Amino acid sequence: MNNIFKQLETLFAVSDFEPKREKLAFLTVEKRHLVSALKFAKDNLGFGHLILITAVDWLENGFFQITYLIKNNSNQFELGFKVFVPRNEPVMESVHDLWKAAATYQRELKEMFGIDFPGSPGVDESFILEGWHDIPPYRRDFDTKKYSEETYFPRPGRVTHDPEEHMKKKLYPQREG
Amino acid sequence: MINFKEDRSQFPEKNPDGTFKIDLASHKFSHIWQGPQHPGITGNMSLELIIQGDEVMSCKTHVGYLHRGFEKLMERRKYIQCFPLVCRICVPEPDFNEHCFATAVEELAGITVPEKALWLRTLTLEMARTASYLMWFGGAAGSLGMGIIGQWTNYLRDYILDRFEELTGGRIYHMYILPGGVRNDLPVGFKERLLDNLKDIEQVMKDVDNALFTNAVFKKRTVGLGYIDPSWIEPFGITGPNARAAGIPLDVRKDAPYLKYDELDFEPVTGKDSDAFTRADVRRRDLLMSVDLIRQILDKIPQNGEFIAKLPNVLNWEIPKGETYVKSECTRGEYGYYMVSDGSMYPRRINVRGPSYTHAVALMEKLAIGVNIADTAALMVSLHTYPPEIER
Repeated sequence: MNNIFKQLETLFAVSDFEPKREKLAFLTVEKRHLVSALKFAKDNLGFGHLILITAVDWLENGFFQITYLIKNNSNQFELGFKVFVPRNEPVMESVHDLWKAAATYQRELKEMFGIDFPGSPGVDESFILEGWHDIPPYRRDFDTKKYSEETYFPRPGRVTHDPEEHMKKKLYPQREG
Repeated sequence: MINFKEDRSQFPEKNPDGTFKIDLASHKFSHIWQGPQHPGITGNMSLELIIQGDEVMSCKTHVGYLHRGFEKLMERRKYIQCFPLVCRICVPEPDFNEHCFATAVEELAGITVPEKALWLRTLTLEMARTASYLMWFGGAAGSLGMGIIGQWTNYLRDYILDRFEELTGGRIYHMYILPGGVRNDLPVGFKERLLDNLKDIEQVMKDVDNALFTNAVFKKRTVGLGYIDPSWIEPFGITGPNARAAGIPLDVRKDAPYLKYDELDFEPVTGKDSDAFTRADVRRRDLLMSVDLIRQILDKIPQNGEFIAKLPNVLNWEIPKGETYVKSECTRGEYGYYMVSDGSMYPRRINVRGPSYTHAVALMEKLAIGVNIADTAALMVSLHTYPPEIER
């Protein structure tokens, strides 16, 4: 794993190498180097299997972390490439030409986090949320409670009782008044 | 007798890039929807098909009927509150979610799990695999009109669910594997009862082999259906039996042994023809291997010992900052959890990587082209699709 990191470090200036297990490590790469680093890892280091692409919203720091987790199927090494994109300009280069499966992940990220991947097939089509007009729901600043209060309404005819009072009235009606 | 020879070189017309020329206004095509109540899957998902005659010209998958926002819900709950939630992501085999979630938390928090708990976890994962495969056989046979086989195998699955009920108190959702260990030890007489059930499974699987795998209709409709080329495995991210049927022995249990799999004797089951029939056969043999693994586990499981580690107060449990990825081999392939902690009591982000995510969307849209419309259900079943893990 260390050799792989050294190779990537000289070519693509990757940083923050964090080995997690014998065969799993994460590293950080600059946005402009990401696609070439992934392509190099895929073509030259044997990391041919894309496990997942996902995002983490660091709202307080003002950026999204996008993680690309790839695997070498012959020696089972797993490498997570982390890239940080600013929240006010959430655009990332697409990797659908490296992995066919990437288009689905990118489509989901566009919908759930609002991160755009220009050129990715079907990226602008809705994936899970049809007819969604609010801010992307997996962002940390999306208020689920406010959304449900505004969207859904209590069914007419339903009332909420104070449990203590209600049970008292139900169990000891003679004491009423 | 009319001898009709079809000339497929001229018709349907193709574009220069090899795709079909589809002109809906010409009235030569029909635009239809299959689903969301689809016979090919457990759950809800739609296929938007354009057909000509009875042949599929274009397929587009639509998901979103089962989105419950698990990943978002987990961000608002403490780690221990997520534990009863994760199993609900996948109905037929929830234990893989429990295992991946618990292991990821343990890894981030630095907890060592007792030896006996590791064995009990391995046992429940294999029992879940058996139950899920038995349910799958029902779907596979049912989608081709052989409902009776589904009744046999679901009857056997019920036995496994009985054992789960005895062990965990729940039939479908077990909430058994929690961070630190498992919830309970084996009940008295559990081993004997489970061994009896395994005998029944092997007996009925012989009947399934005779009735399904030598059946002319099943063979005629599945041999050659949904061929997956071995060169597609990496670009499409194919794992599990779908990859193994193409001759690529991808099995997380062997490649990156977790729990106690390194102490068990097994070889990944592979096939070579990579069609729906081979995938069904790989699953049948994998089920029998799982039965064998359960026997090995029952022999090796220690009688005494702790089954849960000492945990801090789980309601005020702050997990150290970090991230990890934990995976396991479920019946459909690689099932993984990517977990990010920011050092608080709540997970920053949990991403669930279900194998159907790649199999059922990108791969299905490719494989469906040129398939008879009656076979789309069989094709989806052969990819073993569970929509809940696409949407989470």
